[in-house]
Parts: sequence; C-alpha cells; structure tokens
Amino acid sequence: MTDLATAPETHQHVPLRHPRLPAFAPLLAAGIAAAAAALIGMTLSWNLTGIVALAIVIHLVGLTLWSRTVENARAATDRLVTSLVWVALLIAMIPLVSLIWKVVQEGSPALNAKFLTWSMRNVIGEPGGIYHAIVGTLIITLAATVISVPIGLLSAIYLVEYGDQSKLARWIRFLVDVMTGIPSIVAGLFAYALFSILFGPGTQMGFGGGVALSLLMIPIVVRSAEEMLKLVPADLREASYALGVPKWRTIIKVVLPTAMGGIITGVTLAVARVIGETAPLLIICGGTDSVNFNPFHGQMASLPVFIYSSYTQPGSNPEILKTMAWGAALVLIIIVMALNLVARLAGKFFAPKRGR
Amino acid sequence: MTSVTTETGSPKRRLGDLVFANTTRAAGVTILVALAGVAIFLTAEGLPAVGAKAPDLKGHSNLLTYVAPLVFGTLLAAVIALVIAVPLALGVALSVSHYAPKPVAVGIGYLVDLLAAVPSVVYGLWGIGFLGPRLIPVYQWLADHLGFIPFFDGPASNTGRTILTASIVLAIMILPIVTAISREIFAQTPRLNEEAALALGATRWEMIRLAVLPYARSGIVSAAMLGLGRALGETMAVAMVLSASGVVTWDLISSTNPSTIAANVALTFQDATGLQRNALIASGLVLFVITFVVNFAARAIVERNDPGKAR
Amino acid sequence: MAKSIDISDLSIYYGDFLAVEGVTLTIPARSVTALIGPSGCGKSTFLRTLNRMHEVIPGARVEGKVIIDGQSLYDDAVDPVEVRRMVGMVFQRPNPFPTMSIYENVLAGLRLNNKKLSKSDADSVVEKALRGANLWNEVKDRLGKPGMGLSGGQQQRLCIARAIAVEPQVLLMDEPCSALDPISTSAIEDLIHELKAEYTIVIVTHNMQQAARVSEDTGFFNLAGAGKPGRLIEFNPTKKIFSVPDQEATEAYISGRFG
Repeated sequence: MTDLATAPETHQHVPLRHPRLPAFAPLLAAGIAAAAAALIGMTLSWNLTGIVALAIVIHLVGLTLWSRTVENARAATDRLVTSLVWVALLIAMIPLVSLIWKVVQEGSPALNAKFLTWSMRNVIGEPGGIYHAIVGTLIITLAATVISVPIGLLSAIYLVEYGDQSKLARWIRFLVDVMTGIPSIVAGLFAYALFSILFGPGTQMGFGGGVALSLLMIPIVVRSAEEMLKLVPADLREASYALGVPKWRTIIKVVLPTAMGGIITGVTLAVARVIGETAPLLIICGGTDSVNFNPFHGQMASLPVFIYSSYTQPGSNPEILKTMAWGAALVLIIIVMALNLVARLAGKFFAPKRGR
Repeated sequence: MTSVTTETGSPKRRLGDLVFANTTRAAGVTILVALAGVAIFLTAEGLPAVGAKAPDLKGHSNLLTYVAPLVFGTLLAAVIALVIAVPLALGVALSVSHYAPKPVAVGIGYLVDLLAAVPSVVYGLWGIGFLGPRLIPVYQWLADHLGFIPFFDGPASNTGRTILTASIVLAIMILPIVTAISREIFAQTPRLNEEAALALGATRWEMIRLAVLPYARSGIVSAAMLGLGRALGETMAVAMVLSASGVVTWDLISSTNPSTIAANVALTFQDATGLQRNALIASGLVLFVITFVVNFAARAIVERNDPGKAR
Repeated sequence: MAKSIDISDLSIYYGDFLAVEGVTLTIPARSVTALIGPSGCGKSTFLRTLNRMHEVIPGARVEGKVIIDGQSLYDDAVDPVEVRRMVGMVFQRPNPFPTMSIYENVLAGLRLNNKKLSKSDADSVVEKALRGANLWNEVKDRLGKPGMGLSGGQQQRLCIARAIAVEPQVLLMDEPCSALDPISTSAIEDLIHELKAEYTIVIVTHNMQQAARVSEDTGFFNLAGAGKPGRLIEFNPTKKIFSVPDQEATEAYISGRFG
C-alpha cells in the first residue's frame, strides 16, 4: 500500500526532447570532410582516389563524434551505420561507372563501318573489323538458344503442370539450382570432352560452343519460365478444363500464351547472360580471323574470344589490336544492354492486354 | 439440336495428354542426364592424366602436385573476393531494403542489374587496363608500411596484375548475386518484428540488428556461398588480370602469384597437346566437384530455410 | 437437349478426408436447381463432381454414381474431358482468357478443341452465344477487343456465353454472382431465367434470396457436425423449402438461426 502512495514520485520525468543534430548534419559533415581531405590531399599531392578515401574516413569519424557529443552513443552508432551503408553503395558503384566510362572512351574511336563489316582475314598492320566475330557470336548463341529453349521450357512445364511435388520434380528443381553455379569453363571442358569422344580428339566447332553455352542457359530458362507459369491463375486452367479442353491443349493454348511475355523476357535475359561468355568458347570453338558460317565445321570466332585474344596476344601491332579489343568490348556491351532493354519491352508488349 | 457425342469406350487418358506429359518429363530428365554427363565425360577425358609425367604437367611429378597449387590459388582468390564483396553487398542490399526511399531503391536495383550484365571478359579488360595500373601506388605503399604482414610482404608488383587485383575484380563480379539474394531476404523480414523493435524505442540500426539480421542470417550465409561458387569458377577476369606463375604464396601484392584452376585452363588450353589437355580436363573436374559441393550446400541451406515451407 | 442428373449415394474424398457423404438426389431437366448451405459444407465440392472438375485437385476421388442421360460419369471408360464438354461450368470469379478478344473467348471451347469452323459459322456461333448470354448488344461493336476490358458483370456473362457456345446439356454455376454488384447480379439472374428453357442448371449460392428468386428446386447442405463430412439435409421444391421445410435444420438456417 505504501508503494501506491510513493509510486508517482518514482516515475521520473521523461524528457521527450533530446538535443538532436540538424537534418542537414550528414551533408554538412560530408562537405567539410571533402574540403578538408582536398586541402590535405593537395598539399601532399595525392591522387583523387586517396583524397576520396580520406574524405570518407574524415566524414565517418567526424559525424560519429559530433553525434556522440551532441546526441548520445546509440544515435552515434546509428549514424555511423547509415553512413557505412551509403559508403558501401558508393564504393559498389565506382567500378560500374569507371568501367562504362573507360570502355566508351577507349572503344568509341575504333567504331566505324569498316570495323563492323570487315573480318581480320589477311589484315596486317592496319585496323581490320570484327564482322567474323559478330557472325560467330550470333551463330553460337543461336545454337545455344535452339537447344536451351525447348528443353528449358518443357522442363518448366513438367515442374509446374505435371511434376509438382513429386520426387523427380523436386530433384530436378534442386539440381537446376545447383546447375546455375557450374563454372563456365567447366561447361567448355565438358563440351570439349564430349566432342572429343564423339568426333575424335581435338574437335573444335561452333556448335560445340552452343552445347557448352546451353548448359549455362538451361537453368536460367527453366527458373524464369517456371516462375512465369506459376503466375498463371488456376482459374484460367479450370475455365479451360470446364470447356472440355484436354490438359495438354489447355497448357499450349491457354497457359503458355498467358505466360508468354514473361517467358520471352526470361529467354532474352538468358541470351544476354551467355552471349558474353568467353571461357567455354575459347576451349571448344577456338578462334579464327576468317568468317565461318558453318557451326559444324572448323574453328569459329566470337566477340568475347576476339576481345580476349586481341588484348592479351596482340602480336606485332599491339596498339591497333588493343584499340580493336576495346571497340569490340563496346559493341558487346551495347548488344548486352540492348538485349536487356528488349527483354523489358518484350515483357510489356506480350503481356495480356487489359483496358478497352 | 446437335447432340454431343459421348460414346462410352473412349480412352480414359487421351493420347495427346500422354504424349505431352511424357515429353515434358523427358525434357526434365534430360537436364539430370546432362548434369551427370558433365561428371562422366570430364572423368572419361581426365582419367588418362592420372598416369601423366613431368613433361605433360609443367614439371610436376604427378597430377596431385600439379593440381594442388591451383586449388590453393582458386580458394585464395575466391575467399579474398568474398571478404571484400560480402560487406559491400550487405550494405547495398540494406540501402535498397531499409535505407533508400523507394524511387532511389529502384534505381539502385537497376544499377546492380547492370553490374551483373557486364560480360566477364569486359571486366577482365577493365581490370588489366584500368584498375591494375591505379593500384600500383597502393601496393607500393602497402609493401612499404605494412610489409610485416605476410599478405603484403612484397616486393610490390609494378604492373598491378596481382592476385589481390584479380580478387577485387572477382568481388565486383559476385557483388550482384550476393546483393540480390540478401536484398530479397531482407525484404522478407516480417514487418511485425520490425515494428516490435521500433516500438521498443530502437534506432534504425538497432531494429536491423534485432529483427532483420537474425532473420536473414542463414540467407546471408547461403548468399555468400553462392557468391563463393561464382568466384571459384570465374575464369576470364582472373586469366586476364593475373600475372600467374603457379607458386604457392600468401603474398597478395607481388609479381609472382598463384594461378587458379579456371585461369590456368583458359591460359594454356589452346597451346596444350595430348596428355596436357587431359590434365587440364582433370583439373576442371576438380573445379566442378568443388563448385558443385559449395553450390549444393548453399542451395540445401536455402531449401531448408525456405519461408514457404514448414520448418 | 437438356438432361436430368441422377446422383446416388455419392461420397467425395480428398485423400483420406471424407468431404461429402452419401448424397442421393435427382436434378430435373430444364429447370434451375439451387444448392444452399453454410460455407465449407461441400456444396461447391459436390457441384464440381458433376463434371469431374474436382479431379483437377490431386488426391480427390468419389464413390457412388452420377448418371446423366443414362451414362454413368464415373465408369472406367469415360473420359473426363468429354464429360466437361457435355456439362459446362461458370465460376465464382469471372475468368475470361486474358490473351483472347471477346470474339475468341466465346469461341475458345470450340477452337481449343481444334474444331474447324468457317468464318460465317463462327460468326453465327458467337452471335448466338452472346445473344444467349444477353451480352450481344453491349459488345457487338467491339468483338475484337480484349475480354479483360469488360466490366465484372459483363465478364461473367462473357464466361456464360463461352460455356454455352460449346452447347452443353447441363450448366453448373458456382456462386456466379458473388463477385458482382447488385445490378450485374440482377442481369445474371434474368439470364438464368431465360437459359432454363434450354439447359439444366445447377447453381450454388450463398444468397438465399437469390435461391428463392431463380430456382425451382433447392437442396440444403450442412455439416453433420464439427469435423464431420457435409451431407444433403433436404431436397425439395424451392417454394416448400422457403415456407414449410421438412427438416428443422433447414428452417433454422433459412430463418437465420444456425444449428
């Protein structure tokens, strides 16, 4: 009973207002840190990287200490982590920006009509073209797509429509996930070993590249197609069954068209992923300076392998070939980015139409 | 009044259904066969290298001593890449899931996708032509001031083509996948747990430490392992950036570096002949087994903690 | 073309779970039969066994007989796909095929079964079905537009047109108005009145006024107790059910007293 009487006094006054840093504190601290780092860096004649690194350190330490003196330790930790998160993002974006800047800067001088329409056959001492590599890349990627899409799509249909929770389906699902982690070079070695046993030791051909790339592409196609098929509402399947349509026809005529936009997006992204693969092609396709239209005979050039070999084994005219390598890298990046763009647009274009 | 024909006697399961169902099943089984085929054909072509002698193994007396240093280099490069990539990836993932306002988060998502879309050979080009030269003074500084640490023993490379450079490039390449998986798991944290933490008076960081990180722990582990799997098998960036001499050393910044299995295959396969190629295929089989185990474990963790399944 | 449906001692299982037990009744031809009862009592499950749609759910099976036009639906040699062509179905939520136009939606049942139709035959099938579903005047100028662009009530009538375009003998409706506003609901009810001249209609509804308005006969389903299977408690002409039902449970449910 005495407790009750004294209780109000034990409740201390809890102030809801604490001293807080102004909202612009992080920006202010960043500005001061940048200025201080620039001053110190310039007097010691450091390069830009050093100055930025110093600015980040000053900012982290300064803001935390400021918050600790004005606010409290918990708030200081919170501010430190917030700064660290943004710094991590900043650091992660540096390579992307510098990479694209570098490729455009080094590669754009090489781009011209001859670059895209000539091969390197009998080209000595002058810039040639990458036509042979573009043709090779297109043929090899086409072969990979032709192998991967039917297998991948049908497997996804099995997983969603037939297998469901059966043991086989669960194993396939799990191993497809594991397969996404197969190193590309292993895929190349597999194709080489396979073709050596089938067609004699040392066989190299464009189609082998297609086989190797399809090993990397199939899991991507299966996963994306599976996700898309799962999104098709069960209502539509039931509506079709109720009209007396057999299951297989329901899948082909109702389920697939409904999921088509997403499936095309997934396939396009899968193509974008494998079109830049180098290692397997280096092994199973080799490289050549001439245009080769036949995927079943002889070595075949490709853009990634051209970039690699021109830069690392430039021969007697290193400057010319290195510039060409950067140019080819620019072309390759443009192709990959275009495919990513097409993937997004295709998704929109093929999506079921709503509205009037 | 047309009458619908419903003769009794029509087959219970239609031929079309039977054919189609079995076709799709066959496609699924093809995937399993292909995966088994990778192991079988690599073994078949790698086996002859077991008896190979020094001339075909770059002077190593048997296959084991030939592959061992490569395994060391592969693991070293991948682990360093992981150490660099995971904190960055967690930071980026948190910025998307809990720090950035919605439109900014979407933008960051696009940029990370872009990072994933860049072909490996272009990363290699960037590493050798841009990053490497810029790291030379850093390595020089590390060798001068931190040389007592075995990692920075020196002498510093004067091309920048060291295993540390290769690992940094690898880290950038695995950043997108680690980020993507962590981000997905962070976003799945039950909203109630987060609000409970905030209602206790937690700051944003304390809320993340109390509610988000414990929930995401196994997801982060598997994301890191998937990243490790990628880093182990990544070929071109290492092949182009690294100036490899196949030694075993902990020195990360000198001009004599360990090589990795994948890079070694890419660098020497074209000029190799006969048994040398078999030996390279055998090393590829080792790489396949290592990455398979890592990925298998990572996926098993994901599978076990799938929120869609009962625990 | 409409047929009556004889159901004798039908029990429905999901795996080992008995969902509906021992239903016996005869659904008369060319009339509307309503099935009412509380949620989870198995009336929708029962409805789906009349065209073997319940088999879509893995593990579902039935015991007993369903006979339409002298043919037992569950005989070994019977193809469920053929059953569904004879017994059409309209679902709770309108579900036109999103990739198809209004015109294609109506023809879906025929086209998906690979039936070859001349342009003029197809046109007349579409017009007949849409007129039958009271939708023709509203959509005749935009047959090429996506079916998803219609309002909810129009979509549901499109689904009815799609179901009757394959000329079934029986039409099953699983709470066809539960996702619709009152005006659309009244349009569908009017339509049901017209359709019963040609079709045997079975409708599941939660709305007792609706059952009273549209049906000739009504079946009342209820659970035999908590955790027990659903049963058909009473089957009688609608007028009788809503005035002097035989069973106390029916009266309790209809008058709003559960029990």
